[in-house]
Amino acid sequence: MSVNIIVCAKQVPDPEGPPSSFEVNEAERRVIPRGIPPVINPFDENALEAAIRIKESSGAFITLLSLGRSLSRAVILKAVASGADASMLVEGDAFDPSGLDASATASLLAAAIEKIGPCDLILCGRQAADTNAGLVGLGLAAILGLPAVTLAQKVEVVDGRVRVERVLPDGLEVVEAPLPALVTVSGEVGDLRYPSLQAIKAAKALPQTVLGPEDLGVDPSGLRRVETVALKAPSRERNCKLVEADTPEEAGRKLALTLRQDKVI
Amino acid sequence: MERSGKIMVLAETAKGDRPASISLELMGLGRELADGLGTSLSVVILGSGVGDAARELARYGPDEVLSLDHPSLGAYNPDLYKEAILGLLKSSPPRALLAGHTSLGQDLLPRLAFSLDCGLVTDCVGVKVEGGEILFIRPVFGGNALAVQKATTDTAMATVRARVGEVPAPSATPCEVRPVEVETPAPRLEIKGREIIEDRECPLEEAPVVVSGGRGMGGEEGFSQLRELASLLGGAVGASRPPVDSGWAPTTCQVGITGKVVAPDLYIAVAISGSTQHLSGMSEAGKIVAINKDPDAYIFKVSDYGVVGDWKQVLPSFTAALRETARD
Ligand SMILES: Cc1cc2nc3c(=O)[nH]c(=O)nc-3n(C[C@H](O)[C@H](O)[C@H](O)COP(=O)(O)OP(=O)(O)OC[C@H]3O[C@@H](n4cnc5c(N)ncnc54)[C@H](O)[C@@H]3O)c2cc1C
Ligand SMILES: Nc1ncnc2c1ncn2[C@@H]1O[C@H](COP(=O)(O)O)[C@@H](O)[C@H]1O
Repeated sequence: MSVNIIVCAKQVPDPEGPPSSFEVNEAERRVIPRGIPPVINPFDENALEAAIRIKESSGAFITLLSLGRSLSRAVILKAVASGADASMLVEGDAFDPSGLDASATASLLAAAIEKIGPCDLILCGRQAADTNAGLVGLGLAAILGLPAVTLAQKVEVVDGRVRVERVLPDGLEVVEAPLPALVTVSGEVGDLRYPSLQAIKAAKALPQTVLGPEDLGVDPSGLRRVETVALKAPSRERNCKLVEADTPEEAGRKLALTLRQDKVI
Repeated sequence: MERSGKIMVLAETAKGDRPASISLELMGLGRELADGLGTSLSVVILGSGVGDAARELARYGPDEVLSLDHPSLGAYNPDLYKEAILGLLKSSPPRALLAGHTSLGQDLLPRLAFSLDCGLVTDCVGVKVEGGEILFIRPVFGGNALAVQKATTDTAMATVRARVGEVPAPSATPCEVRPVEVETPAPRLEIKGREIIEDRECPLEEAPVVVSGGRGMGGEEGFSQLRELASLLGGAVGASRPPVDSGWAPTTCQVGITGKVVAPDLYIAVAISGSTQHLSGMSEAGKIVAINKDPDAYIFKVSDYGVVGDWKQVLPSFTAALRETARD
C-alpha cells in the first residue's frame, strides 16, 4: 500500500556551531546566528529518513514541508534529493520563527497541509534545535484531529496502521495507531542518507510549491499562547581548579586527594 | 488581567509505587507559586493502585490530593491519561499546571495544552512569580540562550526539569486525598508491548554521582573503566552522544539536550569536549570534574576541577587512589 507522507522540516541555524556563533540580542529578544549556515533541523532529517525507509519497504509519496521567513533553496534541494517526491515552502516575513510560538506554527502548518491534500502520515522531528520545545507535532495532531505517537526510533506502515517503536527512558515500547496519524521522530532512527550529485540534479525537476502569507489565509498574530518576555545569554562558566603534577598518573592521584580534601567525595 | 485558579501539580509514581522524586520537588515549587499568588495547591496523581503514593504526597504540603485511580491507567497510554484528567481541568481550570519534564510530562502536557488551547512552556529550568505573573525560564538554541516566557492564556502549563524545585519537609498531618471518577474511552493508540533495556537500580537521573565518557574514550573498553569508577562512588555511567552513536554505551546513557538531564552532586566528564548540547544536560550539577587531554577544551571553563591529560593514564590512578582512601 503506497501512502502519502508529509515531513515537516524546519530550517535552523546549524546547532553544531560554536557558542560564539549564537549572538544573543537581549533588546530584540532574539538570537542572531553569526557565520553559521542554515540546516534542516537534525530531527527533521531523521524524520525524512524514516519516511524514505517506508517508501522503500511499502511505497510512499513524500512531500517535504517547510515554513520560515526566507528559506535556503540549496538546503531544501539537498533534503528533497535524499528521497522526497515534492516540496512545499511557506515563506514570508510573518513566518519568522522568533515571532511565532508552537500554537501559531502548528496552525500555519495545518493550513499548509490542507493545501497539500489528503495525507496518511505526517512526520515531525521530536523537537526543533532553536526552540527545543517538542510541541509543534502534537499541536498539529490536535488541530487535525489525528492520533499521535511521539519519540519514534522506528516507523513502519502495516495494513493501514502505523507501527512505531517509541523511545522510553529505560527501553522502548511498540505503539500502533490507525492512519491517518502523526509521528514525531527521534535521533535513534538514524542519519539521513546523502544524496548523489545525480539525485540533486534530478531533484530540481521535482514539483515545488511556494506559498506566501496571503495564500495561507491564516494570520499568526492572534494565535500565540506563549510570549517571550526576555532573552539572556547563559552564564555557565565556573572557576576551574586545575590539578597539576609531574606525570599524568600523579595528577590522577592528586585529583582524588583534592576531591577528598574538599569533601566533594 | 485578573487571573484565578489554583496551582496544580501532576505527580507520577516511581519504582515501588512511591511518588517520583521530581513530583516531590514540584510540591516545593508549587507551594512557592501558590503562596506567591495567594492561592492553593492541588496535586493530581493518575495510575492504577496509587493509594500509597497519594497518601505519601499528602504529607508534602498540598491543600488537596486528587487521585485518579483506575485499572485502565496502569501503564501510560496518552489517550487514556488525557481523557482521564481533561474533565478535571475543564471543570475547574487551574492557574497553572506543572509536570516533570519526564517521558510522561513531555508527551502528556502538550496534548492537554492543545486540547484546552493553553500556553505551555516545556523544559523549564526556573519558574517564579513576578508582579502577579508566572514566569518560566528555559534554554533555547541548544542552551546558547535562556528565554523567560509566560503564557498569555488563563491557564499556564509547564514541564519542569529535575532539581528545579526543592522537596519540602514532610508533615505529620497529611491533607485529604480525594478520589476522582475516571472516564475511560476506547483509545486510538494501542500499546503492543514494552521492552526494558536499562537496569534501573540506579537510574541516571537520580544518581548522586554520574561518571560520563565522550568520544575520546575510543571504545567500549574505556567504558568498563568508567563503570568501575561509578560503582566505587555509588553512581551511574553516562555518555555524550558519540559513544552512544558508536554503540560503546547504551542509548539510555546519553546525557544532554536530547538525552537525559541530570543534576547530580558530582559529575565527572572524561574525554568530553563540552558542547552546548551536552552541557544543557548536566550544567546544573553540584560539582563538575573534567579529565581531557586538550587544555583548551571548553569543558574546563564550566568545571570546578580539572586534569589535563590522557584518561588512559589519569583515570586508573585516580580510581585507585579513591579506592585506597576509601579504606581508611
Ligand atoms: C540537535 C542535536 C542534539 C544533540 N544532542 C546531544 C546530547 O543530548 N548529548 C550530547 O552529548 N551531544 C549531543 N549532540 C552532539 C554535540 O553537538 C556534540 O557533537 C557532542 O556532545 C560531542 O561529544 P564529545 O564531547 O564526546 O566529543 P568531541 O567533541 O569530539 O570531544 C572529544 C573530547 O575528548 C578529548 N579526548 C580525546 N582523546 C582523549 C584522551 N585519550 N584522553 C583525554 N581526552 C581525550 C578531546 O580533547 C575532546 O575534547 C547533539 C547535537 C545536535 C545537533
Ligand atoms: N517552521 C517549521 N517548518 C516546518 N516544520 C516545523 C516548523 N516548526 C516546527 N516544525 C516541526 O515541528 C517539530 C517540533 O518543533 P518544536 O515544537 O518547535 O520543537 C520540528 O522538529 C518540525 O518537524
